[in-house]
Amino acid sequence: MDLTYTPEEEEFRARLREWLAEVLPSLPPKPSPDDWPGRRAYDLGWQRMLYDAGYAGLHWPVDAGGRGATPTQHLIYLEETEKAGAPYVGANFVGLLHAGPTIASEGTPAQRARWLPPVLRGEEVWCQGFSEPDAGSDLAALRTRAWRDGDDYVVSGSKIWTSHAEVADWCELLVRTDPAAPKHRGISWLAMPMDAPGITVRPLRTLAGSTEFAEVFLDEVRVPVSHRLGAENDGWRVTMVTLSYERGTAFVGEVVACRRVLGEVAREARKNGRWDDPALRRRLGGLNAEFRALWRLTQWNVSEAQRNGGVPGVGGSVFKLRYSHARQELYDAAAEVLGPEALDLGRQWTLDRLSSLSYTIAAGTSQIQHNIVAERILGLPKGR
Amino acid sequence: MDFQLTDDQRALKAGVRELLAGRFGRERLRAAVDEGPRLDRALWRELGEAGFFALRLPEADGGVGLGLPEAVLAFEEAGRVLLPGPLIATHLAAGVVDGAATGETVVTAVDGGGLVEWLAEADVVRGDATGAEPLRPVDPLTPLHRVPVSGGAGLTDVRPVGSTGALPTAPLTSLFTAAEQLGTAARACETAVQHARTREQFGQPIGAFQAVKHLCAQMLVRVELARAAVYAAAVTADPVDIAAARLLADEAAVRGARDCLQVHGGMGFTWESDVHLCLKRAWTRTQRAGTATESEELLAADLVSGVGR
Repeated sequence: MDLTYTPEEEEFRARLREWLAEVLPSLPPKPSPDDWPGRRAYDLGWQRMLYDAGYAGLHWPVDAGGRGATPTQHLIYLEETEKAGAPYVGANFVGLLHAGPTIASEGTPAQRARWLPPVLRGEEVWCQGFSEPDAGSDLAALRTRAWRDGDDYVVSGSKIWTSHAEVADWCELLVRTDPAAPKHRGISWLAMPMDAPGITVRPLRTLAGSTEFAEVFLDEVRVPVSHRLGAENDGWRVTMVTLSYERGTAFVGEVVACRRVLGEVAREARKNGRWDDPALRRRLGGLNAEFRALWRLTQWNVSEAQRNGGVPGVGGSVFKLRYSHARQELYDAAAEVLGPEALDLGRQWTLDRLSSLSYTIAAGTSQIQHNIVAERILGLPKGR
Repeated sequence: MDFQLTDDQRALKAGVRELLAGRFGRERLRAAVDEGPRLDRALWRELGEAGFFALRLPEADGGVGLGLPEAVLAFEEAGRVLLPGPLIATHLAAGVVDGAATGETVVTAVDGGGLVEWLAEADVVRGDATGAEPLRPVDPLTPLHRVPVSGGAGLTDVRPVGSTGALPTAPLTSLFTAAEQLGTAARACETAVQHARTREQFGQPIGAFQAVKHLCAQMLVRVELARAAVYAAAVTADPVDIAAARLLADEAAVRGARDCLQVHGGMGFTWESDVHLCLKRAWTRTQRAGTATESEELLAADLVSGVGR
């Protein structure tokens, strides 16, 4: 058990720090959350800067245009960018963390050449067409249909909770290509161009008041058969490849951020007198234990992945269950510190408190994660 | 960074587990409960021979020369089998009290909170136990005395052995206690899962029901989070890390044992089931070397101190 970093890792950290200190001051101001074109331009601009500096696709394999960094280097990258206040992956999330790695692992040489470089260079944005109104946690219940017509699939149906749909160039789309097959079988994975005729995007307003995601309606949209990743009706397996990556390191930077926010909350409590309340101090102390431990669990999971050649283990579900809950606890504690001001939407912590409510739902609800832990790790029998 | 057990650490952990499975398995545990709290001196010497107490003593002084992480792994295994006795006090006395390292001398200590474990059975008591009054202990395998004057009566004077010689006794006691809690929490989780797989109701194993599944999953989540925190604290030996590890390990053990009892249903409420032994030991350990409040205050102070981030 070793928590020290190798000289190579320390050198990587030092160079990254130096570069961040140099480029971050020249970034344009952050656009408002509802300015989608502005956010797209901002996020792509940051991606381009990463590309030019050699940090794009850090964790992607080298033969996919990535840097082939070790999981530990990726951890350092996420830690340092968060500490330096660098932009989040933002609109590039699906391309870099989802669709990209999936194409890199399952795509043909032509598909890799077409779709991977523009993601790394910050030229194209992807969105994720997985969830449907009747297929959220039960993803395999999806009903969007695709049938063959010559060299095209014709797709009809609808998707929901699609982040970045308004500004995306591509959608990683799950469709049902064999309605007669068992529900996990007859599914295919398609790359759908978002400018194809028949696509309607309707933004959804979240409880936080912002338009974080959208509904996407598909009315006989034509997608070339050559845009299918993997075999026809093999989309479920392709998708599972993707989801294991999503839970692997997606939250590393956020844990670092939560530890920073917790310190700010404590200092705010000192300033406004709430710190004199022992019950509140104990609560914040308990949260300190929580986020320290979550950071250690992250280091544990990353080290495990590194030993297994970069493949994330099942620890992702364990982590997500506790982290999503802890994040909500953090902002509840922040609200207690703020008192009446916690009801002011002008406070960043109030907005963050609202958005934290999505964490126990998105990327597999806590209830589904509990089932995954119980069945796949503990080996309990599947329920009916 | 390679925050995983090394091959040697795995081997050590497996070795301690094997030793304890052979010498303090389930039958021995139940027999000890029936016999009442008498320290098994032969087992104590065997632990001494195996290096349990001298683990961190330098090889030049006749010890094994290992560090805190290895000791934590050994205490985790002791916690898993609910091994009774003043293990931590004797371990901390190795190299300080004659015979402690070899298991010839049984050493106990007055804790800062004013409790002494195994006072009547110990050969040496560290700290001032004048006027100690026996309690009727909730855990049948941890006899307890209460010392009238508390606070500062603990073992601040002991200079522990090994590379972490600068650490006072209380954080080390807390760290090893956390390791024991981790082992007990893991045992409770495994026991619950085993029961949920085999016990049938309504024509299927109860583990197929989501309500039971989720209890078990939550137990594992608490164990794994505590494990990461305890192992990290063993590596850093940082008092704030230790306080965090202790909070999470106490939670994992106490709540884990309660959930295990719940999964066992009516059987879990019987003397015959082992579940209550896990819970009672876990409760007993929560009183050792500082309360949860003290840990939380230390962690709160860390947030505003500007160091430790």
